Amino acid sequence: MEPMDFTGSDSEFISTLAERPETALIWACFTCRTCTVSCPVTLVKPSFDPVKIVRKAAYGFKAAVLESGEIWLCTGCYACQERCPQKVPITDFMTLLKNLAYAEGHAPPGVRLQRDTVVKGGGRIYPIDEFDNKKRLKAGLPELPVSCEASTALFPQDQESSGPVPEARKRGNP
Amino acid sequence: MNDKTSRSKYSLFLGCTIPARGRNYEMSARRTAEKLNITLEDLDGFMCCGFPVRSSDRNASDVLAAFNLALAEQAGTDLCVLCSSCGAQLMEASHRFYEHPETLALVNESLARVGLRYRGGVKVRHFARILLEETGPGAIVDACTKRLEGLKVAVHYGCHYFKPSELHEDFENVEDPSTIERIVGLTGASCVDYEGKKLCCGGPVLPVDESAALAVAGRKLRSVSEMGADVICLVCPFCAVMYDGNQKSILAGLGLDRDIPVLYLTQLLGVAMGFERKELGLNLNVVKTKDVLSQWF
Repeated sequence: MEPMDFTGSDSEFISTLAERPETALIWACFTCRTCTVSCPVTLVKPSFDPVKIVRKAAYGFKAAVLESGEIWLCTGCYACQERCPQKVPITDFMTLLKNLAYAEGHAPPGVRLQRDTVVKGGGRIYPIDEFDNKKRLKAGLPELPVSCEASTALFPQDQESSGPVPEARKRGNP
Repeated sequence: MNDKTSRSKYSLFLGCTIPARGRNYEMSARRTAEKLNITLEDLDGFMCCGFPVRSSDRNASDVLAAFNLALAEQAGTDLCVLCSSCGAQLMEASHRFYEHPETLALVNESLARVGLRYRGGVKVRHFARILLEETGPGAIVDACTKRLEGLKVAVHYGCHYFKPSELHEDFENVEDPSTIERIVGLTGASCVDYEGKKLCCGGPVLPVDESAALAVAGRKLRSVSEMGADVICLVCPFCAVMYDGNQKSILAGLGLDRDIPVLYLTQLLGVAMGFERKELGLNLNVVKTKDVLSQWF
């Protein structure tokens, strides 16, 4: 067996992770791969492997974890977390990694769009328009507000950045 | 908060997907709730639950969850959700606020900008769980006027309806879920078991990797089809987008030619309760349900 290459291991990244409760148990992972065999994404895309992500993070391989785009393939389904014999909160840990990647500008466009749609005035992933309300009334459903002032008030820091409110996609993504 | 001696009363949290893309779910839920004496009051001014923002920005997702929980608290009711993702998000945030008062204090600083404050303690319940735990099987059977004998149903539980299990008070057996099948069974329909019943629909990765997302959903469509199910039954609009909305393109990729109608649990119950097609929004389902349900209309 080749000795492990620690080039790219970042001790600061390990310290950042260590401060968070989601991380507390990742060093308890004994690589049994229960997470791997439970993952619905690994089934269709074997290159995605939760145990590898957990281990890479534990060794501090920051770029490999935050920049490769792998973490965004996690659906957040909790299949791994429910079964982990070492009680590693794998799904919650993935969410933490996604948050860190987003903060450093490594989130995919679809993820950024979802956040911007909600916090930059939309208040919802699919804002309601007059046409939606017509369809709702026809179906005997109550009308809903077509704007959301609360979202601009709740997230003032997000309103400062320039750029139009992104158009929510009506079709395609959930 | 909920008075169990009288009829169940909740604020209805619709979320984003249902009012825009799941009106069939909303219509059938409102109708069946009324029939079963569950009062669902609309939660005025609600926003996104925070789930779609959670992977990018947990703080913002906390604020969104707290905003909606505070509205329910103001209304003096617990929350009923139809979307499993909304439910898990609100439940998880509520739990964290309880465990970490400093997080709650922080989100309350944001809520103060809109004149709200969340104290804590609002209960979040999925509609299906209310049916089972409050309405009860007897009342459901009494409300059904048609027996759906002969209909073979493949139940898709999805993930956040019962996971993470400790947040959901272990009301469901994570490795062998049965609650939705118990409800389906009350209509006279039979449930078929199939490989991969507990697997995720793949929906959350659709904005990131469409082919992976559709492949995850495709596995389930194939095994449900192989087991000869007539319909898929589910309880989350996110999952419906995958299995109903995207079914045509998934089946084409798999080379399968038999489509599988997808019904919300509330639509299935509504059929058994004698509602008309349009009352249940069955005309809005993407995969046509007319043939498979013809004997009950």
